[in-house]
Amino acid sequence: MNIFAYALKRTIQAIPLLIIVSIISFTIIKLSPVDPLAELKLNPNITPQTLALEKQRLGLDLPFYQQYVRWGWNFLQGNLGISTSGEPVINRLMERIPNTLLLSFTTIFMTWLVGIPLGIYAALNWRKPIDRAMTILSSVGMAIPSFFFALLLLVFAVKTGLFPVGGLTSVGFENFSLPHKILDIIHHLILPTTVLFTISLASLQRQVRGNLLDVLESDYVKLAKAKGLSENTVVYKHALRNAINPMVTLLGFEFASLLSGAALTEYVFQYPGLGRLVLEAVMKSDINLVMASLMIGSIMLVLGNLIADILLKIVDPRIGEG
Amino acid sequence: MFNKADNTLIKKLKKDKLALLGIFVLSFLYLTILFASFIAPYSSTFAVRNLSYAPPSKVFTVTSDYKLSRPYTYNYIREFNPESYSVDYKLDRSKKYYVRFFTKGEPYKILGIIPSDRHLFGVENGGNIFLLGTDIKGRDNFSRLLFGGQISLTIGFLALFISFPIGMLYGGISGYFGGKIDSLMMRFAEAIMSIPSFYLLIILAAVLPAGMSSIQRFSMITAILAFIGWAGFARVIRGMVLSIKEQEFVEASRSIGAGSLRIITKHILPQTLSYVIVAITLSVPGYILAESGLSFLGLGIQQPDASWGNMLKEAQEYVNILYRPWLLTPGLLIFIAVLSFNLVGDTIRDILDPKSNTR
Repeated sequence: MNIFAYALKRTIQAIPLLIIVSIISFTIIKLSPVDPLAELKLNPNITPQTLALEKQRLGLDLPFYQQYVRWGWNFLQGNLGISTSGEPVINRLMERIPNTLLLSFTTIFMTWLVGIPLGIYAALNWRKPIDRAMTILSSVGMAIPSFFFALLLLVFAVKTGLFPVGGLTSVGFENFSLPHKILDIIHHLILPTTVLFTISLASLQRQVRGNLLDVLESDYVKLAKAKGLSENTVVYKHALRNAINPMVTLLGFEFASLLSGAALTEYVFQYPGLGRLVLEAVMKSDINLVMASLMIGSIMLVLGNLIADILLKIVDPRIGEG
Repeated sequence: MFNKADNTLIKKLKKDKLALLGIFVLSFLYLTILFASFIAPYSSTFAVRNLSYAPPSKVFTVTSDYKLSRPYTYNYIREFNPESYSVDYKLDRSKKYYVRFFTKGEPYKILGIIPSDRHLFGVENGGNIFLLGTDIKGRDNFSRLLFGGQISLTIGFLALFISFPIGMLYGGISGYFGGKIDSLMMRFAEAIMSIPSFYLLIILAAVLPAGMSSIQRFSMITAILAFIGWAGFARVIRGMVLSIKEQEFVEASRSIGAGSLRIITKHILPQTLSYVIVAITLSVPGYILAESGLSFLGLGIQQPDASWGNMLKEAQEYVNILYRPWLLTPGLLIFIAVLSFNLVGDTIRDILDPKSNTR
């Protein structure tokens, strides 16, 4: 099966999944006790007739499945409704999605850049003190609650003044020159990335270490050693490739956990990402926005997994046959 | 058979120093929260209104004229400093309050049954002892940490006891029957896994109606945590069941006429037990973190009930972290608890699943 057919097959498989996701989300939202007309009902100037008209316009008098179909049809056309702030939901999502992607990709890039060498190093020094120390450190890294760590870093930023406190851009960002703009964004990214990096580094390092140890046990590595190849050739040319290939699926998983895990970090750092948008929407009972961001979050997650699977197929053509 | 395996598990656990440390810390934490109302000098709602954000009480054992003495403490008095426009706390050195052990205090029930009014320690009437300072309402931080631990450290376990049986049964049925049932059930589980879990968590928590009693709220949060966790687990169990159901003993029990549900619960699912034990110990930290994150945002356990997450909510203000570091103690405790669970969980996994080379 060539790669395009595989990609197409996986994409088609993702569609029913997203439909079920939308039904689940829609049901949850409809269960919520929040009344979208509450504000109008409290306003004495609104007559019952207007209220009834508004109810009809929003389709709230229709049965559940018709409301769902109506919502789904609008969603497909890109009409995600109006947020309580008066802006179209789609605009609010569009300004947040790139920021979340920026944060996630920076974190994933940094994690892989550091995690893979550390994992290899630990595997090659298996059961030596340095390996044990790294195992303990990674346990510590995994145990820090993200929001607690973020708070501590925030205090650090406030106390030293080395880093900006929250946000993604400084005041007057529009007037900066391009290099200045980039530097400004990097400056703002450092702290949130540090939090997410610390937490995801640990699991990646462990995974690399575990995979490499498994591969080093295998027969073909023993054969390569027996043939008299140097340790370096065996490890870096033969073992490593096979240890890292399966980790490509981890990319999708990591992206998923970042989407979730970043929400608290975004909240503490006041980072304008999707996670914080969902939180704000939930707190303000902004139903259209909540519903749309749930869907967009899920679509991003499914896409992330899809891309990871396709990448895996590219690096390891044996996967996914049949 | 199982007992024997159990024994070697315990023996091996005892050999691992880190796991032992983890078990020790966890036992200490759980014993402390079990007897929280005895150890805590105050109840979780006891408040001294005019002492908000009082720093930790200083306990002296040497008097001002350098003589050893029974431990005593001074009360704090709040003073407004007109020059810096700030409220300062000063020790009121006019009257000593001796620390007393096994002293009488607010009445409570030991383990929720036996009424008592003895507390591990306290001070003489009129004095206050706040080992870790007070919060905005003048409540004792130390006591609230203990009561908060009761919620934070148990809610994860309770959620596990809901999500794991459901996940096992769901995965078992799906894997055993296969075919259309399997693909339908798995699509549903995958759909739940496709929603970013934290988004789902906060949205479900926000859907909860206001004005629930604290017990209702606690059980609903537990149910939500369980709802988030079961799907991924069910999928792994289903994968294991797929291979287990091909084995001969399943065929044998089918031939003697055992019902499907009986085969699944009595014969197939017990085979997954060692994976389940590992998964449980490795999942607890996630549930603890999820609860504290939720409460930290104000969507989980609500005031006046204490949980480590909602206590940390006060640390969201810079001023508090900079000048009132004792408000960060709940975060430290979450970290310690999660770390200990990880250390124990990793070791159990290495013992029960020798293929994993993590240590």
